[in-house]
Amino acid sequence: MQRSPASAVDIRNVVKRFGSFTALREVSFDIRDNEFFTLLGPSGCGKTTLLRMIAGFETVTEGAIFLYGEEIEKLPANKRPVNTVFQQYALFPHMSVTENVAFGMRMLRRPAEEIRQRSGQILELVQLSAFADRKPDQLSGGQQQRVALARALAPRPKVLLLDEPLSALDLKLRQAMRVELKQIQEETGITFVFVTHDQEEALTMSDRIAVMSAGELQQIGSASDIYERPRNRFVAGFIGETNLLPVTVEEAPINGVCSCRLASGVVIESNPAGRPGAGAKGHISIRPERLSLTAPAVDGLHGTIDRTVYMGTDTQYLLHLDDGAELTVRKQNTGGDAPGFAPGERARVEIDRGAARLLVD
Amino acid sequence: MASAARPDSGGAPASAGLSRERLWLLSPTLLMIGFFLVIPLCLIVVYSFLTPGTYGGVEWIGSTAAYVQFLFEEDFLSEELTFHSAYLEIYFGSFVQAVTATVACLILGFPTAYFIATRPPRQRTLWVFLVTIPYWVNLLIRTVSMLFIIRDEGPLNALLLEIGLIATPLRIAYTDFAIGLGLVYSYLPFMVLPIYAAIERFNFSLVEAAHDLYADRWTTLREVILPAVKPGVIAGSLLVFIPSLGSFIAPDLLGGGKQLMIGNLIALQFQGSRNWPFGAAAAVILLTIVLIVLMLFTRKQAANAGEAR
Repeated sequence: MQRSPASAVDIRNVVKRFGSFTALREVSFDIRDNEFFTLLGPSGCGKTTLLRMIAGFETVTEGAIFLYGEEIEKLPANKRPVNTVFQQYALFPHMSVTENVAFGMRMLRRPAEEIRQRSGQILELVQLSAFADRKPDQLSGGQQQRVALARALAPRPKVLLLDEPLSALDLKLRQAMRVELKQIQEETGITFVFVTHDQEEALTMSDRIAVMSAGELQQIGSASDIYERPRNRFVAGFIGETNLLPVTVEEAPINGVCSCRLASGVVIESNPAGRPGAGAKGHISIRPERLSLTAPAVDGLHGTIDRTVYMGTDTQYLLHLDDGAELTVRKQNTGGDAPGFAPGERARVEIDRGAARLLVD
Repeated sequence: MASAARPDSGGAPASAGLSRERLWLLSPTLLMIGFFLVIPLCLIVVYSFLTPGTYGGVEWIGSTAAYVQFLFEEDFLSEELTFHSAYLEIYFGSFVQAVTATVACLILGFPTAYFIATRPPRQRTLWVFLVTIPYWVNLLIRTVSMLFIIRDEGPLNALLLEIGLIATPLRIAYTDFAIGLGLVYSYLPFMVLPIYAAIERFNFSLVEAAHDLYADRWTTLREVILPAVKPGVIAGSLLVFIPSLGSFIAPDLLGGGKQLMIGNLIALQFQGSRNWPFGAAAAVILLTIVLIVLMLFTRKQAANAGEAR
């Protein structure tokens, strides 16, 4: 089969079953050359299984995996030109940092001089040159993480696989490593496939994100695609916070705008996922930061404030609408100006233009 | 000012108290070792430098005759000493037997331990239990049973004759092979258990990491698994080698007492030959060899560890 060279990894109708349990159901997508690609989903969604299938640690029940046009799903792990950064790093404890980094190149029988140079160069890239002779247990968690990264990058894999590599680090370190990982990916030009359950991690680093749930691909796209134009309720709820309100479609969308009616009778303009027909049931998803509160008026969406939560950069208003639905509104704390609303007060809820996303059930 | 004059006064009593407490905790073991190991050991060393009594026991006359006897033969008439190697050969033979048994235990025990350690946790307990089952039966009874199975008219030969694999009964009992068989059977669990413990602690994601970094199975075993479980292999090997070297029951029963090993040689001096000093000297020589082997081992280990740092 001829594959376009621009696709680094091509997952074709891949199914994985463990006994009677189906971990992946017919998943298909492309990972492009030179991109930072993230598999995102809750635990048990099949993202790690998929990564381990690309690495060669799990067999493929059905379907095919191509790596730069070459079919690889039958190859053993040690014959695949991909390397993995493991969740718990899996550094060889009896080898020094340099020996760990050189291991892959040594197995590929590269000349000693090349191994020496490349090891030095890659340790410099992850800023560990000073620790070259240490053993893994003499390093901090963050340093071990860098060794794991260096070890996987050293043999110049065609694709680098990262299995929740930051999850064992504390928050500050994790945030610093995000920036660094992205930088290293850009510097080396290697395709990264990154697995995480942390949506913030996914949003900040990825060129594209594949959201998975229950063994199925839910949506694939850039961070802003997925955040602003979720395809279904799962994606809308999993990535960031959102408000979901049940609606009925008034008429089929015209020019990408679809008016729909809330239970209270208020009509809202939304941008629909797909092409729903008139009368279809669905939900609109609106991010809390795309809502604002104003003084009550004659018409529009109204609700009563239940609670206000001060969160530093912004304040969260929890309210219930007149039809009983609950809603969260976030307002940035820009300082001094508006007095805000107190619990028990009524307010009119304004929706930013284009902020309502219609998701048909 | 009084406290300044003795700067250590704060710390010293505290640490002394701690070590006194430790001594109390250790005292039962220390007493045990003192009475039943150190004192008998001293007695043996002393006896090895005495003269044999006529009906066993010793005469309190100092002599190095026992050690001389180990290497030299005294001519009856001329009292000339000539070198003879019979005892050295027994030691060498025992050494070879012990090494063979250790290697055989390693070859059998490593895959067994690996198998057990890679079972689901609940099954492991059962397998470990099965490995230890033979220890519920006395070693003597187990060895005699083995002799019964391998003797010329025993079930093993009967089976082999029945299926036509052999025409005449195999001579297994009362050979070096039988002794080896007995040693392997007796000490195999001592090899399996420490290796099992080491493999169980082994982090198997390291195997995935090695495969991921282009290592094949054999290289992974050699470069990743073995270095990690080496302490278990060494412990198991010592636990098999040392008792094998001085073993008594297996060579006595399975070897028919004809193939002398160190253990039988020593026992013989205290029983039939009634030459206690020579028996004591043989024991001291064995002990010295074992200690030297152990010391070389630990020194090499320490050197390896130092090199690794």
